[in-house]
Amino acid sequence: MPAVSKGDGMRGLAVFISDIRNCKSKEAEIKRINKELANIRSKFKGDKALDGYSKKKYVCKLLFIFLLGHDIDFGHMEAVNLLSSNKYTEKQIGYLFISVLVNSNSELIRLINNAIKNDLASRNPTFMCLALHCIANVGSREMGEAFAADIPRILVAGDSMDSVKQSAALCLLRLYKASPDLVPMGEWTARVVHLLNDQHMGVVTAAVSLITCLCKKNPDDFKTCISLAVSRLSRIVSSASTDLQDYTYYFVPAPWLSVKLLRLLQCYPPPEDAAVKGRLVECLETVLNKAQEPPKSKKVQHSNAKNAILFETISLIIHYDSEPNLLVRACNQLGQFLQHRETNLRYLALESMCTLASSEFSHEAVKTHIDTVINALKTERDVSVRQRAADLLYAMCDRSNAKQIVSEMLRYLETADYAIREEIVLKVAILAEKYAVDYSWYVDTILNLIRIAGDYVSEEVWYRVLQIVTNRDDVQGYAAKTVFEALQAPACHENMVKVGGYILGEFGNLIAGDPRSSPPVQFSLLHSKFHLCSVATRALLLSTYIKFINLFPETKATIQGVLRAGSQLRNADVELQQRAVEYLTLSSVASTDVLATVLEEMPPFPERESSILAKLKRKKGPGAGSALDDGRRDPSSNDINGGVEPTPSTVSTPSPSADLLGLRAAPPPAAAPATSGAGNLLVDVFSDGPAAQPSLGPTPEEAFLSELEPPAPESPMALLADPAPAADPGPEDIGPPIPEADELLNKFVCKNNGVLFENQLLQIGVKSEFRQNLGRMYLFYGNKTSVQFQNFSPTVVHPGDLQTQLAVQTKRVAAQVDGGAQVQQVLNIECLRDFLTPPLLSVRFRYGGAPQSLTLKLPVTINKFFQPTEMAAQDFFQRWKQLSLPQQEAQKIFKANHPMDAEVTKAKLLGFGSALLDNVDPNPENFVGAGIIQTKALQVGCLLRLEPNAQAQMYRLTLRTSKEPVSRHLCELLAQQF
Amino acid sequence: MQFMLLFSRQGKLRLQKWYVPLSDKEKKKITRELVQTVLARKPKMCTFLEWRDLKIVYKRYASLYFCCAIEGQDLELITLEIIHRYVELLDKYFGSVCELDIIFNFEKAYFILDEFLLGGEVQETSKKNVLKAIEQADLQEEAETPCSVLEEIGLT
Repeated sequence: MPAVSKGDGMRGLAVFISDIRNCKSKEAEIKRINKELANIRSKFKGDKALDGYSKKKYVCKLLFIFLLGHDIDFGHMEAVNLLSSNKYTEKQIGYLFISVLVNSNSELIRLINNAIKNDLASRNPTFMCLALHCIANVGSREMGEAFAADIPRILVAGDSMDSVKQSAALCLLRLYKASPDLVPMGEWTARVVHLLNDQHMGVVTAAVSLITCLCKKNPDDFKTCISLAVSRLSRIVSSASTDLQDYTYYFVPAPWLSVKLLRLLQCYPPPEDAAVKGRLVECLETVLNKAQEPPKSKKVQHSNAKNAILFETISLIIHYDSEPNLLVRACNQLGQFLQHRETNLRYLALESMCTLASSEFSHEAVKTHIDTVINALKTERDVSVRQRAADLLYAMCDRSNAKQIVSEMLRYLETADYAIREEIVLKVAILAEKYAVDYSWYVDTILNLIRIAGDYVSEEVWYRVLQIVTNRDDVQGYAAKTVFEALQAPACHENMVKVGGYILGEFGNLIAGDPRSSPPVQFSLLHSKFHLCSVATRALLLSTYIKFINLFPETKATIQGVLRAGSQLRNADVELQQRAVEYLTLSSVASTDVLATVLEEMPPFPERESSILAKLKRKKGPGAGSALDDGRRDPSSNDINGGVEPTPSTVSTPSPSADLLGLRAAPPPAAAPATSGAGNLLVDVFSDGPAAQPSLGPTPEEAFLSELEPPAPESPMALLADPAPAADPGPEDIGPPIPEADELLNKFVCKNNGVLFENQLLQIGVKSEFRQNLGRMYLFYGNKTSVQFQNFSPTVVHPGDLQTQLAVQTKRVAAQVDGGAQVQQVLNIECLRDFLTPPLLSVRFRYGGAPQSLTLKLPVTINKFFQPTEMAAQDFFQRWKQLSLPQQEAQKIFKANHPMDAEVTKAKLLGFGSALLDNVDPNPENFVGAGIIQTKALQVGCLLRLEPNAQAQMYRLTLRTSKEPVSRHLCELLAQQF
Repeated sequence: MQFMLLFSRQGKLRLQKWYVPLSDKEKKKITRELVQTVLARKPKMCTFLEWRDLKIVYKRYASLYFCCAIEGQDLELITLEIIHRYVELLDKYFGSVCELDIIFNFEKAYFILDEFLLGGEVQETSKKNVLKAIEQADLQEEAETPCSVLEEIGLT
């Protein structure tokens, strides 16, 4: 084996590695390793001083053991000793051990700094390189503090060797990425730019990476790099394939350097200097021309290197987005790759074309490849390539090809991989809405979606079709007819039943003239599905039935029979039972006029961004919706596709209480009970609109209903109220929190005072203070009207187990609140043990005779009982390590929702309740905090770390506490705040 | 580049190089996840994949998989050639390199990588220049190596 002759003197190491390889079991391996560890430990502890060679060998063995995945807790000192050896190979092993084992915050770093300093000053280039590699490999803040000032000097010194310059450039880059504040710009920057002119290609290769990173933060300081980069690039692309000797790679001159230079240029707009720009365009054209030349080698390395330059060139062309000619050429080039035999190239071509599709200059050129892309969607064997094809179809879709693309995507959906079905469904739904020429096509498409992939049609999608049908009267008849037909399939998806139930309940009358879809037929068709459906769908159907009674009086007897059946009236599900009871009573007591008013057609939904688009964006990250966001390609498409025109509300807005009743206090009925998980989605779609199902429109009839059921809740909304609190005995049988309750609650996670809620009638303000496990909260209720509120009663309710976790004492307030007046309520709060859900605040009163009710979440979250704890870095890390069980940690990586401002972040973290610890995290951008949650029963220690990444606009938040649910809960609460 | 992993068809990790600070726990988790994902892929498939918010580029050489994680704007194709150039460097140094060479001389594999890539960026692409640095070290080592009898039979 030639390896042995390659100076492999460490035979003991080779023998040990063989032994390990010969171990038949994990146990045997561990045994052998323990034996070796004991041996090494005794050697290190022995009285006989070890020579450098033995030390090197043992350190190397330890390293091998560590790399196998075992912990190593000694040997660090011996490795540090090796650093000061004069022998290169000993030093080298010492540095390797340190680089691999030293995690960035180890105490050890201080010990090795001295050795590194000596090597940097040694003027021995090989030693200097080892030291620089070590700094780059560890890359911690301590390293930056110790060396960031020295390295620029080494980098630009006239007498530094080329290899030292290379290492210094990349070492500085690593330190700059870790702690930019430690690398001060200075006179050296100008000299760094001139490294682009260096004779040594390796130096240029390393320097470009550094310059690319530095110029992003200080574009003006580095502007001169543009012309230098262009001329360097120009020299490379025009050189013959062998000119650059060892820097030519499979007949491609300096591919890595070319790619880096092209990337550097993407940090800037097109060059202003005409001569520089001309030269650059020439380069880009040369690259495109060369792509057409026959290959100089059949090796894949040749084509990969060449195409890498081509793809980076295309990125630059797209970045400039100003040269139509080049854009179209780029597109044609990618078009050829779409049918290349290399899967990798097809994948990249599809991906790259997506960005070309968004440029107005190349959009049309991309569209010419539609057949190839459709074919890829059908025939590619690798799902990731098919996914790219679907992305590209979505990106290239416009009015002219929407029907074709949508129908191809629908066809693909039938066989698509489960992993990407939901995304395809969302895309089809968006395209169908965006480019619908007539809405019957849109309705057909969505119903097809449900038929083909019903399981993957999320609420957003079918809510949206209901919104559109409700808002557009030209499609309602067609929609009714189509759903009626679709429901006739023997097995149809439950989502179809939901859509069908809703649409027939609203617009079934439009097709009732046809004997084939007469009212009784419609009813029995729907009712034939009833028993197979989930509770949520059955609840929706019950509402459809009551709507039928209004639409078709002839069905009244039948439907009342159904409602009266024991299976409904005594249904175990409280929501179904309640609906059956109330609808039955409503239908028998109310006059036709009253029925017609209560059950009138739903008013149009207010316009807002499609919630489907929002969902797709969440799935794919920003930019996913770009095909739809920019209207520039298709400015004419806004007539019907901007969604539905806002129509003036046809609802009667009877009393000033409409806001509270109709839009706020009304729990979103469909989803409130059964699809409990859908709460957030509902907020999205219906946040200020009526419900997703036939429901009782806002009416002035409250008094009527409250008379109907004397002891029952005063509000008509109790009809649809969340049954959950029914488990909570007592008079405070309250509705579910308003849709915005969570959002309002979130505002108070990091602060204690402010306005909790406000509508036309009422404002609720909060002032609170917490100490240890106790808190006091003042609630201020302001009557914004000029009329007195009567029977005013705010109560606090503990859902679920909360009663055992949190004690809240409230004082009664006056039952009357005069117009313009404010009353105050004091709450004493005691945290008994950790809790996850906040208590609910239910406010009821009468305004102008009309009962009002409102449920909010009280801003009491577990973090209110935080006590900040100061500690030193050492203690922090010790505790951090102690909390290392996987369940003790909760972590979230998320996008920033607000501008990333360090001061604001600090304020929020302090508001959250933990102490902020300085000088703990090696990266000064990061935040580290500690605190103790005080409850009566126990205390929970919490450590947190927040790592902002300004470049990616992301955060990573890590919580460690001694209690699993607390970690997760705190992590969720806090993650919402940024 | 954020990290590079070398692992065998059996899923044994042969080399790991991390260019971003991560805890040992995270490293192990990532390794486990990626080894599984990559080994499950079929030969004709695309050798790029999206993973978390990174792109994974891998290539198989005989029994070894070379797997790199790069960021969004990095190019997949050039990363494939970074892998290939590294394999060439190993090959030239060891003389038709095989998995065993990397197992028994893991430290050399790390040294070569450090000369080629530093901080996740390409430092030196010339094969000659990279290997010059390594071979210099070997010459010294030969001069230094003592050969005791015990050492010969591998007892220490």
